[in-house]
Amino acid sequence: MPLLKVHKLTKSFGGLTAVLNVGIELKQGELVGLIGPNGAGKTTVFNLLTGVYVPTSGNIILDKDGVQQELQGMKPHRICKAGVARTFQNIRLFKDLTVFDNVRIAMHKNVQYGLLSSFLHLPSYHREEKRINEATMELLKIFKLDGKKDEYAKNLPYGEQRHLEIARALATNPSLLLLDEPAAGMNPAETAQLTELIKWIREKFNLTILLIEHDMSLVMKICERVYVLDYGILIAEGTPDEIRSNKRVIEAYLGEDVGDV
Amino acid sequence: MEQLLQQIVNGISLGSIYALIALGYTMVYGIIKLINFAHCDVYMIGAYVGYVCMAKLGLGFFPSLLASMLVCTLLGVVIEKIAYKPLRNATRITALITAIGVSLFLEYTTMFFAGADVRTYPPMTGFMAKTFKMGDVVISAQQILIAVITVILMVLLQLIVKKTRIGKAMRAVSLDKDAAELMGIDVDSTISFTFALGSALAGAAGILVGVYYNSINPLMGVLPGLKAFVAAVFGGIGIIPGAMLGGYLIGIIEVFVAGFGYSMYRDAVVFAILILILILRPAGLLGKNTGEKV
Amino acid sequence: MKGKLSAQFIRRLVLIVLTYGVVQLLISVNIINDYLQATLTTICINIILAVSLNLITGFTGQFSLGHAGFMSIGAYTCALIILKNPTIPHFLLGTLLGALLAALVGFLVGLPTLRLRGDYLAIATLGMAEIIRILFINMDNITNGPRGLSGIPRFVNWTWLFIFTVGTVLLIRNFLNSSHGRACIAIREDEIAAETMGINTTWYKVLAFVIGAFCAGIAGALYASYFYFIKPDIFGFLKSVDILVMVVLGGMGSISGSILAAILLAVISTLLQSFSEIRMILYALILIVIMIFRPQGLLGSKEISLSMFSRLGKFFAFEKEAK
Repeated sequence: MPLLKVHKLTKSFGGLTAVLNVGIELKQGELVGLIGPNGAGKTTVFNLLTGVYVPTSGNIILDKDGVQQELQGMKPHRICKAGVARTFQNIRLFKDLTVFDNVRIAMHKNVQYGLLSSFLHLPSYHREEKRINEATMELLKIFKLDGKKDEYAKNLPYGEQRHLEIARALATNPSLLLLDEPAAGMNPAETAQLTELIKWIREKFNLTILLIEHDMSLVMKICERVYVLDYGILIAEGTPDEIRSNKRVIEAYLGEDVGDV
Repeated sequence: MEQLLQQIVNGISLGSIYALIALGYTMVYGIIKLINFAHCDVYMIGAYVGYVCMAKLGLGFFPSLLASMLVCTLLGVVIEKIAYKPLRNATRITALITAIGVSLFLEYTTMFFAGADVRTYPPMTGFMAKTFKMGDVVISAQQILIAVITVILMVLLQLIVKKTRIGKAMRAVSLDKDAAELMGIDVDSTISFTFALGSALAGAAGILVGVYYNSINPLMGVLPGLKAFVAAVFGGIGIIPGAMLGGYLIGIIEVFVAGFGYSMYRDAVVFAILILILILRPAGLLGKNTGEKV
Repeated sequence: MKGKLSAQFIRRLVLIVLTYGVVQLLISVNIINDYLQATLTTICINIILAVSLNLITGFTGQFSLGHAGFMSIGAYTCALIILKNPTIPHFLLGTLLGALLAALVGFLVGLPTLRLRGDYLAIATLGMAEIIRILFINMDNITNGPRGLSGIPRFVNWTWLFIFTVGTVLLIRNFLNSSHGRACIAIREDEIAAETMGINTTWYKVLAFVIGAFCAGIAGALYASYFYFIKPDIFGFLKSVDILVMVVLGGMGSISGSILAAILLAVISTLLQSFSEIRMILYALILIVIMIFRPQGLLGSKEISLSMFSRLGKFFAFEKEAK
């Protein structure tokens, strides 16, 4: 049983079908790319997987340590608790909060004290806060953000905001991480650095990663498999090499260089 | 049956007033996304101008109506320029509190100068004092006047919004302010014009209420203002025909609740409708639901 | 770290006890006379109202224009109970019951309406408060209708005021400094991101609303048992606006800001008591001017703290050095 099995996933908005019968399978530990021209429905797939949109039809099954859960129809916070985390294409940090708080808030689902303790600051509060704060610092160190922990998220440079979003997603302790254009707006050097980072966190956190990306160099370099979406339909699936030479993919990307990496 | 017809007649009169006020709320909300709490006080000022014209200056109804509309138009534009324009890019809550501030300012300034007491319009004479009987249904000339003037104003409004250049500009600005600006539309004057139109209608509503109910006071705008806003939400905020429909419906519902002997609860019913409509169909009767893009 | 924390705790405790003692002393030697005591009571009630609304609006980002409605539930519940049984235990019971009832109504109203956003929620809560007011007007045989209840026994004194005010502020402050409180703040920042990060946004929005309503209920009970007299019109739209103004004036998301604004507004309105119309005109003008020139309120989202003063001291010391 794969970690994630998406079966005939469909979403229509009124008369417009954004995603039609999409099937995706991710094995434990895989790093898979989801590519396609603008407006192909990639982000819609992410929104369906994370519960931001409710699918019109189809199944999403997450298999975590042999326990299967159907995610379709679940609220986003439940899906997060089931072990799916994401970043957003158009960065959605908590802008007016500090870097530290951005990550700390995402640890909320694992917090072990109740309301009473939060009102009265009982021992369990102090114990848990200490644990959360340490875990947050650890994550920030990985992303080299520990020096900026007290800065407002909105004041970080663009690249660091993207890093912070990934750190925040990891703070929810996911088994599946969805990255929506993590390299958007980065220069080649930053992209290369990010590529290494993604590989590294996959090992370190034992993650399965699905990523949407326009930067083909990144996709072709680190993804083991690639799904190609066009007009809401999957048109190809395979290794980067297979995708590069796939006729339908080239047609879909007409004018955009796929093979030129 | 006659009872029912009578209620409908009364409901339409009341609804006309709500509809006229609601149009101002809906147009302003449509264009700058502000609940203009001061709008109901523009309506109150309209009633006072009508009172001064008819009781103190001895003018007839129609000249007074024009004077009310004119004064309110100016007032609306001035309010927008002084209080709201500096807040064009502020948060919604800031703008809303400013609007409440303007509302309180108008109410208590009027109270300061005109006193808190109720004032009564002079009794109507001639045609305006007549009533007509159709079976058991009684229709007063004032009710006919209210209904006819309301319809004329609405038709005029529709013509302005649909057929004129400035009307097109209004619609463009309400769809996308920045894009409209890039297309060369003068956003500031379009917004001013919207306030002018809405305020003129509120002024008309004010004097009509004065003539119909006879008594006015500085806080008379608060409750009808809230209900007119409910009417605008009911019909679909930002949608002009929605405000008209909502106004008539709220008026008729209110008269019916009172007619069934629950007069004390008629305001509660209107607010209950508001909450229900917000929960069940927040876009209103004529609106379309839209979600947030992620 | 641990030692520093407890030192801070002791400093705070001393400050709190000192405040209580000094005011109590001033009351007993009658420097704070009845007239000033009424202002003091208004200040405390305003603080509870403003801080609790700040939790809903300033921290959780849910725009409410109906706080006076919750206050009226607390006021009527407590008043009715102590009118029947004028004893201190019944006063406490009435306060608790009033707060619980307000919280229950907050829950029932909040659950469906908190799906709404921004202005829509503001209008829905306004409608809710109006409905509550109209119900109180019409439940003639229980509430004595629009004429209201009078001769309510007074149990509220400085001690009770102090306990309830400090208690409310501390509990809300503690809550906001916890993971649950941060979940609320995340909702204000970005509801979709918060939900995706595992925060049950519906639950936390309703929770903030319920806690806020509970505190407003306490404030209402204190009001009823200090001022002898309540009627539905006291808890109208204007009162809700008043509370919201305190929150915005002090700064959305700043507890100390709310406290500051609550004190400021109570003092101003006491000073201008005899000029009621001019007072309202001034109030309106101040509101407009502040919104235009300082929309973030007096403190923005910052807090006044003791360390702030020491930082200020360091700053000036540094200035001297630079010279």
